[in-house]
This record gives sequence, structure tokens and C-alpha cells, in this order.
Amino acid sequence: MWSFPLFPDQASTLASKVDALYFFLIAISIFFSILIAVLVVGLAIKYRRRSDDEKPPAIHGSLLLELTWTLIPAGIVLVIFVWSAEVYFSAVRVPKNAIEVQAVGKRWMWKIQHMTGKREINELHVPVGVPVKVTLTSEDVIHSFFIPAFRVKKDAVPGRYNTMWFEATKTGKYHLFCAEYCGTKHSGMIGTVYVMEPDAYQAWLGGEQAGASLAGAGEKLFTDLACITCHRGDSGARGPDLAGLFGKPVKLASGETVTADETYLRESIVQPAAKIVEGYQPIMPTFQGLLSEEQLLQLVAYIQGMKAEVKDEAAAPAAGAAAPSTGAR
Amino acid sequence: MQTEVVTTKSEGAVPGNGLDRENYINAKHGIWSWLLTTDHKRIAILYLITITLMFFLGGAFAAGVRLELMTPKGDLVDSDAYNKLFTMHGIVMVFFFLIPSIPAVLGNFLIPIMIGAKDLAFPKINLLSWYIYMAGAAFFMVATLFGGVETGWTFYTPYSTAFSHTNVILAAVGIFISGFSSILTGLNFIVTIHKMRAPGLTWFRMPLFVWAHYATSLIQILGTPVVAVTILMVAVERLLKLGLFDPALGGDPILFQHLFWFYSHPAVYIMILPGMGVMSELITAFTRKRVFGYEFIAISSLAIAVVGFLVWGHHMFVSGQSTYAGMVFSALSFLVAIPSAVKVFNWSATLYKGSVSWESPMMYAIGFIGLFTIGGLTGLFLAAMGLDIHMHDTYFVVAHFHYIMVGGAIFAYLGGIHFWWPKITGRMYPEYWARVAAVLVFAGFNLTFFPQFVVGYLGMPRRYHAYPDEFQVLNVMSTAGASLLGIAYLIPMLYLTWSLFAGKKAPANPWGAKGLEWTIQSPPTTFNFDHQPVVTEEAYAYAESHDTSHDPAAPPAQAHA
Ligand code: HEC
Ligand code: HEM
Ligand SMILES: [Cu+2]
Ligand SMILES: [Cu+2]
Repeated sequence: MWSFPLFPDQASTLASKVDALYFFLIAISIFFSILIAVLVVGLAIKYRRRSDDEKPPAIHGSLLLELTWTLIPAGIVLVIFVWSAEVYFSAVRVPKNAIEVQAVGKRWMWKIQHMTGKREINELHVPVGVPVKVTLTSEDVIHSFFIPAFRVKKDAVPGRYNTMWFEATKTGKYHLFCAEYCGTKHSGMIGTVYVMEPDAYQAWLGGEQAGASLAGAGEKLFTDLACITCHRGDSGARGPDLAGLFGKPVKLASGETVTADETYLRESIVQPAAKIVEGYQPIMPTFQGLLSEEQLLQLVAYIQGMKAEVKDEAAAPAAGAAAPSTGAR
Repeated sequence: MQTEVVTTKSEGAVPGNGLDRENYINAKHGIWSWLLTTDHKRIAILYLITITLMFFLGGAFAAGVRLELMTPKGDLVDSDAYNKLFTMHGIVMVFFFLIPSIPAVLGNFLIPIMIGAKDLAFPKINLLSWYIYMAGAAFFMVATLFGGVETGWTFYTPYSTAFSHTNVILAAVGIFISGFSSILTGLNFIVTIHKMRAPGLTWFRMPLFVWAHYATSLIQILGTPVVAVTILMVAVERLLKLGLFDPALGGDPILFQHLFWFYSHPAVYIMILPGMGVMSELITAFTRKRVFGYEFIAISSLAIAVVGFLVWGHHMFVSGQSTYAGMVFSALSFLVAIPSAVKVFNWSATLYKGSVSWESPMMYAIGFIGLFTIGGLTGLFLAAMGLDIHMHDTYFVVAHFHYIMVGGAIFAYLGGIHFWWPKITGRMYPEYWARVAAVLVFAGFNLTFFPQFVVGYLGMPRRYHAYPDEFQVLNVMSTAGASLLGIAYLIPMLYLTWSLFAGKKAPANPWGAKGLEWTIQSPPTTFNFDHQPVVTEEAYAYAESHDTSHDPAAPPAQAHA
């Protein structure tokens, strides 16, 4: 207990990038703090009042100095800005080969679904050396999915999907925190991330009798809820064809065009009336309250994987990552 | 003006002391003469008393938070109680202490005097502001007595609108009401500064304290209505289940954050700009020197006020806001740091070849420069998007804003209170104890908040009632520092109160400082000046004038009758 670290574990590809920027900023901060401290204390001692009759000169200022201490900090912050933007982009741009995980925040736990259908609570198992994309949402209030050792964090916002990704570089156990205040047991909404060797991970994933894959579960819902009756995919169908929809622009009756990302798909199911596709009647019933966030995610995973023509094929685990919108909406 | 003699360190009858003559304190008697006063100085005293009470109330909540965090387990109070403690600490300190502190106490007292006026432009509205503030505080106190509120001072939706079972509406109404106090004070200052400056007091001759308050007032008028309406929307959604922010009702929770931070980022400048104004007065008075780069300090206040309105999105880098919006907010946040840096460099340069006296207000000023520098620099860490992903909502953020709001704004407030105490009360405080307190506040502050940068980067989220064991050492340090800080804050309370009865009588100008307020007796008369002062020089004209400090017959340099 009485020994304590000063820096967190570095356990993801992002961690060293973030830390490099952090150390750069610390260096700058130390430099300026010492500069100012020496300047102020030094001058205040050097020019301390020795007699009450002292008559300091009237120095009005100097344009040259003002420019110096405007432009030098401006230059420094420009460097920080460019560097930090670069780090930020590597934090939000999901690699194409990422495997997918879905996380739903609910007061006060994290519910995780893997693409194979395997589920866990307050635990997240991931393989080392493989990019993992997490799609986040919440059943109630805003939470925030925070893994300090990976230097990643993203809010889980009810009613929309946010995404983040990481690639673990070191096997081990790491903290998973909820970082956005969410009520009574906010500080109890913590879990553990297990980073495993790929073999061990595969064994873990397959070790238990997993149900249907996520997309498979979504397909079943699609039939059970009779979505299929309207979204049959032929010309006579009452609803639009959903195959190949994901990631494409959709023309709305209002004249706007939106991109069919995860959040749009979710909204189309929960609040179909919010955005009506051009050329269709607002006849789709709302499924609000009928589906859990996990089920919605399953449906979304299924629709995401629906290819034009070959509709029935269930999505392969990684297929959904084909065109994710990197959380940058 | 010739009757009002300027002098320092005099023996015997204390020239310029007004305690035995008529002054604003003894001009009228009885409780109603205070509660119905329209004298800006008396209203300042009303604010001083009320916000001091609020400060200690907020401090008590903070003590609860820090004591709980001594141990990793949540063992002192239960989670709900803990959540209430930090929420009410934040609300009290931000809305009922720091926002009114310097403007409503020092600004109210000094702005009319500094510009050579008898009072503010609208004295009755000034009194009304205090009553509105009190009404807001009363609502908040009722909310507290009925069990408090636990949404965090940020009231994030949909937690605050659909899930919290506490007195959100009462607290929200309290904040809504007190916002109008802030708006009216800002309005009063702006009109006063525009319309009531003494002859000869051009814009660029104004003390920087007045400039800073002008910039602050602009933010108060433009920003406060937004937060007032936003907070009201929260109350309305709770009450009527309108779908504004709750996605289950078709609302957008992120919209709330935009609206909230659109005000609350500028609000952080409402808290610090007046402190910067105080700083310019302290530094010049205790170096007896014109401030370096007057125009740059004045204009940078306005720049901060304007650009400060365009950076709110830096509180939302991980909310799912678009990457490109994030970049713009990040860039503008870096931009807003530059005028702050300019001020720091100018204050430092003012010391060069000055006649620096280390009296207690100056000790606070020097402390301010150091702590504000650290606060500003760590703001850069947070404005750097790639870093903020990790730091957002951790203790790093908590440390950052305390360095600025406590290390900056409260240091300036305490420095200012000490500096103008002789003017306000006509009494001197014991300098020895003031220095002891200043050193202890500085030490306690750093011990409290520096470890929080470290524990924040380690990943400890804010608003956590319990935490993993490895964070304990740093939290114990922080709690130890908070105890020291708490004691250090009590010391000025004691000696300042003592000085009211037994302090040495203060002369008109105990520091040998420049500025119209030092040309009139301490404490001033009800109408401040016997004759309309006329200003013939720029602010801080220490070198140009005759020796003000030792020649009691010398006419006040800035004011000629
Ligand atoms: C009564 C027929 C009907 C049923 C049942 C139905 N939908 Fe729809 N759906 C529509 C129509 C019509 C539209 C286009 C108008 C609109 O946007 O609301 C639509 C639009 C959509 C869209 C947006 C498509 C686009 O091109 O942008 C999605 C996604 C969708 N539905 C999914 C579902 C799912 C999932 C289910 C089952 C849970 C479902 N629908 C059930 C009729 C239906
Ligand atoms: C010098 C320029 C400054 C910069 C670049 C800056 C930057 C930031 C950033 C980016 C955040 C958000 C951090 C996060 O939540 O992840 C933040 C938070 C905060 N800052 Fe600053 N800041 C600056 C100055 C100030 C000043 C002057 C004050 C107050 C007087 C202040 C008070 C706050 C507060 C209160 C918060 C946290 C609000 C909350 O979440 O509760 N900052 N700052
Ligand atoms: Cu939480
Ligand atoms: Cu801000």
C-alpha cells in the first residue's frame, strides 16, 4: 500500500504515443514554471525595497518583448496542437482489421458482448496484439468507458453509438473504470480488462458453449419481430431494402441526406418517425421499449453485415469493421 | 480634494483615517440602514458577509470529501452522501462564492471610487442584485436542508432530468435566480464604467482592475442567460417530462453539454478575470511602478472574454463530438491560453527595477503568479485532444481547475481583501499573522492539489467515493494538505475580525499606492469624494508624481480638485 507508482502501465499501442506528448508537455511546463518562478522571486528579491524613498523608473513596456512572449508561446502551442491532433487521430481511426466488441453501460455495470455471442459483465477479455473496436452505448445515463493502461476513454451515451479502439501490447489485468458520474455506485462501476495471448483468448472464446453469434442473434430477431415482412428486399416490399445500406448515404423525405451509421440504424428502429426515407410511408412501428440495448446492437450488427444480393449470410466477426465511422460523427 | 491628506506610516492622529469622522459605516445606524442601503460600499459589505459564510459552507463540504478519500474504501459516509458532498461543494463554491466573490465585494466597493464616481449607475438595482443573490441562496439552502442534491455541479442529463431522486429542481431554481444577480451586477458595472468616469479618466487611464471587471461584466451579461435557461430546461424536463435532453423522450443529452459549457467555460473566466484585475493593482502598488505593458494587459482581458466563448467543446472531446469540431475547439483553447501568458509575463516584467515590498498582499500576488502559471500550463495538457482522452474526468482535471480557481482566483481575492482592508474598514490587520497565513495557504494548497495531477494521470476518475488501493498514498497527501489549508483559511478570519475592534487605525494610503481610492479617507465617506476628482495622468504614475509616500502635504497625484 505504501509504495505507489507515478505513471500508469503502458499496455497499448496508444499509451506510448500519449505518454510521449505528456512528457513533452511536462518538460515545457517545468521550463516555464521555473522560468517564471526564478524571474518573479529573483526580481522580487533583487529589487526588494530597501528604503521607503525609492523611486523606480517608469517603464512603459516594450513592443518587442510583447511580441516575443506572444509569438514564442504561440509557436509552442502550435506544435502541441499539431502533435496532439496527430495522437488524437490515431486514437479515433479504427484499423480495418479490428475485431469488434460491444459494451453497454447500465447503472452500475458494464455488459459486454463479443461477436461470437459470448457475453461477460464487468470483465473484458481481449487478445494481445490485435486491434479491438468497442461500440458503446448506454441503457440509462451517460457513462464513460475508461481503461487507463490503454489511455483510452469514450462516453457511453444513451440513444447513440460511440466507438473507440485499442490494441493491447502487454498481457495482464488492467482497470476498467466508469469515468462519467452516473449516480450512487459510480465508483463501483469498475471492472477488469484481461489481455491474453491469442491462443488463450481463442480458448476462452470457444471454451464455453456460446449461443448464436451476434449477427446470428440479430437475424433471428429480424425474423421473429417480422422486420422481414416489410424489409424483404424485393420491389414490392413496403419498406426499403436494407442490404448494403450500412455506411451509405440515405436520402430523407425532408430533403436531407444522412449517412447510415450505427446510430442511424438504431434510431431507425427505435424512432422510425424521426427520419423517414424518401419515397416511403411512415408506417414502420416503433420498437422503443420492446428491445434491450443488447438486442438492438444485435440487430444493428446483422444489418451492418447484410450484403447487397447475398442477404442471408450472417456477418463474419470482423466484417462489421469494414466501414465503421471511427466514432467521428 | 486638498482636505484629504495622503500619507503613510504616520504616528499619532493618523491623517486620512475617517473612523472618528463621518464615514460610510457610521453615517447611519441600525439593521435597516444596512438592509435597505443603496451605498455601493455597504452593499459590498453585505456580499462580503454572505459569501464568506458560503465559502465556509463549501469548505465544510470539501472537508467531508477529503476525509472520505483518506481510505480507499467508502467507509466514512455512504455513496449517496458522498455524491451530495462533492456536488454541493461544487455548486456553493462556483455559483455562490467564486462567481460573486471579487466582483460583488471588491468590484462593488472599488469601481465607483476608482473611476471617481459617487456610486454605481443604478444603486437600487445594485441592492436588488444582492437580494436576488440571497433568494437564490435561500432556494439552495432549502434544497440542502431537504436532503441536498447529487448530480454534480455540472447537472449532466439525462442523469439530472430522469434519474436523480434529489432536490434538483430546488437547486436549479436557486442557481437560475442567482444568475440574475450576476447579470444585473454586470450591467451595472458596464453602464457605470461607460457613463460615470471622472473628467480626464480616459479608457486607457483606467486602472486595470476596472478593465478586468469590464471584460467580466460582458461575459456575465452575454453568458449567464444561456446557463440560466439551460438549468431551467433541466427543471422543466424533470417536471413535465418534455423531451429536451432525455433520449428516452426523444431529446439529446449532448445538447445539454453544449449549452452548459457554452456558459460554463466563459464562467471560468468570470471567476479568474477579476482576480487578474486585482493582480495588476497589487503588483503595481507593491513595486511602486507603472505596470509593464498596460495596453496589452487591458486588451488581453477582452481577448480572453471573446475567445473564451468559442472553446466550450474542449469539455466534450470524448463525448462523441465530431473529430473536426474537436480540432477547432482544441485550437481555440490553445489560442485563449496566450493572452493569459501575456499577462503573466507582463506582471513579472513589472518587478524589474521596481521597489518590491514583500507585504502580505504581495505575497498572495507572487503566489498567484506561480499557481496560475501551473494551472494555465496544465490547461494546455487538457486542450491537447490526444492527451485529454486519457485525462478527461480524472483528478488531473480537478487539480487543473483548482490551481486556477483556488490558486489563482482565491489567492487574488485574499490578496485584494488584505490590500483594501484598511480602506474598507479603516483598520490595519496584524501583518505578521497575515504573512504566516499566506505561507500556510500556499503550502497547504500545493500539498492538497499537486498530488492530484499525479493520481489523475494514473487514472483515478473524479467523483469516486471508493478507489483502488494503489491511489491511497497520493490521496492521503491530498487530505493532509487540505487540513492544513483549512486551518490556514481560518487564520485570516480570526485576525481580520480582531482588527475590526483592535487593529491600528489606517491612514488614507497605508501602502503609498496610486489610484483614486487611496486619495480619500479610510473608510470613505458615503459619497466617496468631497469634490469631483479630475484625473490628469495615466494609472500607476508612480514615477511622474511627487513623492507620495512621505510628504503629507503633497497633493494626491491623480486627483486635483
Ligand atoms: C410495417 C412495415 C415495417 C416493419 C415491420 C419494419 N419496418 Fe423498418 N421501415 C419501414 C419503412 C416503410 C421504412 C422507411 C420509412 C422510414 O424511414 O421510416 C423503414 C425503414 C427502416 C430502416 C431505415 C432504412 C433506410 O433505408 O434508411 C431500418 C434500418 C429499418 N427500417 C429497420 C427495421 C427493423 C430492424 C425492423 C424490425 C425490428 C423493421 N424495420 C420493421 C417499414 C417497416
Ligand atoms: C489557460 C487556459 C486554459 C485552458 C487551455 C484550459 C483548458 C481546459 C480544458 C481542456 C478542460 C476540460 C478538461 C476535461 O474535462 O477533460 C478544462 C477544465 C476546466 N477548467 Fe480549464 N483551461 C484554462 C483555464 C482555466 C481557467 C482560467 C479556469 C477557471 C478560473 C479553468 C477552470 C476549469 C474548470 C472549472 C474545468 C472543469 C470543469 C468540470 O469538468 O467540472 N480553466 N480546462
Ligand atoms: Cu459512472
Ligand atoms: Cu473550459
